[in-house]
Amino acid sequence: MIHKFDVVIVGAGGAGLRAAIEIPKEYSCAVISKVFPTRSHTGTAQGGVCAALSNEEEDSWLDHAFDTVKGSDYLGDQDAIEIMCQDAPRAIIELEHMGMPFSRTKEGKIAQRKFGGHTKLEDPKDPNSKRIPVNRACYSADRTGHVMLQTLYENCIKNNVNFYSEYFLTDLIIEDGICKGLTAIDMATSEIHTFQAKAIMFATGGYGRAFRITSNAHVGTGDGCALVYKAGLPLEDMEFYQFHPTGLWRLGILVSEAARGEGGILRNNAGERFMEVYAPTVKDLAPRDMVSRAIISEIRAGRGILGSDGTYYINLDLTHLGKKVIDEKIPEITGFARTYLGVEPTKECVPIQPTAHYAMGGIPTNYDAEVLADNKGTLVTGFYAAGECACVSVHGGNRLGTNSLLDIVVFGRRGGKKISQFLKTAELHDFKTDPAEKTRVMMDKLLTQSGNEKLAVIRRELQQNMMDKCGIFRNEKDLLENKELIKQFKERYKNIAVQDKSKVFNTDLIETIELGNLLDIAESINEGALNRQESRGAHTREDFPKRDDAGWMKHTFITKNETGDPKIEYKPVVITRFQPMERKY
Amino acid sequence: MQVTFKILRFNPEVDKEPHFEEYRFEGQDNMTILDCLHKIKWEHDGTLAFRRSCAHGVCGSDGMRINGKNHLACSTLLKDINTKKTVVIEPLPSMPIVKDLILDMTDFYEKYKAVKPYLINKTPVTGDSERLQSNEDAEKLFESAKCILCACCTTSCPSTWSNDKYIGPAALLKAYRFVFDTRDEAADERLDIIDTPDGIWRCHTIFNCIESCPKEINITWHISQLKKELSSREM
Repeated sequence: MIHKFDVVIVGAGGAGLRAAIEIPKEYSCAVISKVFPTRSHTGTAQGGVCAALSNEEEDSWLDHAFDTVKGSDYLGDQDAIEIMCQDAPRAIIELEHMGMPFSRTKEGKIAQRKFGGHTKLEDPKDPNSKRIPVNRACYSADRTGHVMLQTLYENCIKNNVNFYSEYFLTDLIIEDGICKGLTAIDMATSEIHTFQAKAIMFATGGYGRAFRITSNAHVGTGDGCALVYKAGLPLEDMEFYQFHPTGLWRLGILVSEAARGEGGILRNNAGERFMEVYAPTVKDLAPRDMVSRAIISEIRAGRGILGSDGTYYINLDLTHLGKKVIDEKIPEITGFARTYLGVEPTKECVPIQPTAHYAMGGIPTNYDAEVLADNKGTLVTGFYAAGECACVSVHGGNRLGTNSLLDIVVFGRRGGKKISQFLKTAELHDFKTDPAEKTRVMMDKLLTQSGNEKLAVIRRELQQNMMDKCGIFRNEKDLLENKELIKQFKERYKNIAVQDKSKVFNTDLIETIELGNLLDIAESINEGALNRQESRGAHTREDFPKRDDAGWMKHTFITKNETGDPKIEYKPVVITRFQPMERKY
Repeated sequence: MQVTFKILRFNPEVDKEPHFEEYRFEGQDNMTILDCLHKIKWEHDGTLAFRRSCAHGVCGSDGMRINGKNHLACSTLLKDINTKKTVVIEPLPSMPIVKDLILDMTDFYEKYKAVKPYLINKTPVTGDSERLQSNEDAEKLFESAKCILCACCTTSCPSTWSNDKYIGPAALLKAYRFVFDTRDEAADERLDIIDTPDGIWRCHTIFNCIESCPKEINITWHISQLKKELSSREM
């Protein structure tokens, strides 16, 4: 079946929904998603969304921009970061006007709290004074992402946005540098649908499921990024993958930084507040990459706490916060600790470990969400990307907490605006060949191939190796081993027998396609990590422990060459007003 | 420990009626029901179909009937239920089964849309500041805003079972979310929508909704606030 639209957005999380709201009514717009919109992963964001509103204390967008640049370890593009931080107050007020429920100050304004890496000068008149944590994160208890996603979906209902829920993206059709459409499987019937459109936006989210311990939903398999890579287009900075320091031990379920923003303290097996050593000024509120490394360093030094299954964890101490703060400010996350670990956070420490959380890298775009075809800035006509799947790059080497929710509303909207302009003169392009053919061949192959490999076994091995060899600490030996393993997984993938042969909700088939996507994603992350011989942000090479601005202050652009092997090129970082300096907190 | 699951299966391409199938596996206390379903699907039977995403009770995808009670598979642990006897897993009741544990939720979503689930406020605001709201007023909305649209409540309600036109607790909770938002100006419009025989008055305060809500929302209390609002409107 062929559908024709002016614009098709893939993904119904925050970025996709915000973009859809921006498309004027005179244009036909469809949003396709592999889950019902409110099931999208945006809903699991907890702690807040930053904007220099100055509702609790004096703050400025320039401080927010400085923190974001510094947090990115000077890999973020400063023009895009300035746009995001300057636009943040407007974006938050807009969400409030749309109906998003926020926690409030005494005056009835949007309440704000502290968050990792967000600071301001202790004495604003003295640029040499120390930087202290600032109340910048706007929040709704610890369900900020949930109510943001609900609010954006509600506004889509109000605007009569056209949804195709439980449609699974299978192919991106680009011919002669023009994006002409895509194909997707209707999961309820396995029927292949072609969407022909003047503009396509990917808002397909991240790929935490490439790792064993992750905060990401099962759907976080990087489908959009993988299709871009398969199409021969570049992915940017894939080696920069963030581990959130506080995932529930063994499970990876996120315990928001808000827990530390409200005063929570990390402690080792001696009960010591070890972050005092690693980040003397901001301590437990240091950026995520630093805290994650600190936790692993403590465990490696024998200062972790031995768990029942032989693995080690670190304690998150919330006991001193009191029942009132815990129940009112962080009820959801403390509920997770009770449900899944049987721990009572008002009385006991919560066992945590770092968890794969957020992709800084992704589909390269400019700050209007237009997708780049190469490192020289050539655009793919009619193709846009926003949200976690995109790399603008506002997060550089390490994203600051709360900036993901900000990214999706700022760049989702900018993409929607740019598409609306583009549609004034854009037209539909005919396909040169049958657009459904590739998907049909892939499905037939997967459903008929035989072999004794199991989907879940290969996926588990891939995830464990990505965790062990391409996780928080990396080195050449491990990365080379992992590269070889990924090659083997790709071979073994060809021998997976899909057990379910049915057409109605064949989730066995869908998971197998998702694993194929994860294998490409893992390859690009590992290759980027192997290539980058320095330590910056979330990318830590034990064999190259220093940041190397002269050699490596540049973005990685990775593509598949003609033979299917990865090829790497570079793009310079945009610097406006913040010169690189040593990153201390 | 050895665990036995009995799961209601239905493949519309071959089955005329749903039927139970049994699975035995080695389980652990701290496994969620979702972990168990994954174990069955990934190690034993790839054809088993169910929805899931976040796996920690936030996305609302995996509401199902576990030993006769509606709950999220990802928020129920083996230690929370009786595993000495066979654990019975069925789809939520009173919605059409598409395949195995996957239901056609169209009607549920339509009822949610019927209450106009979005802020309506026609008074212009200046672009650069928020509408003020006291924290007390904001917190009145928080419990209702926790709803994850999992449908556990609506499908646990005897009024739903006996009358498929009944709007149901989830949609009523959403109506509350906006009727009591001090920023909203369409309370009357929404109250008119629910003030019908198949609307709020089908709620006979049976409390099943509260018991089944995985987010522990006191849904009946919220519905009673709407009823009070309707009564005072008539006076």
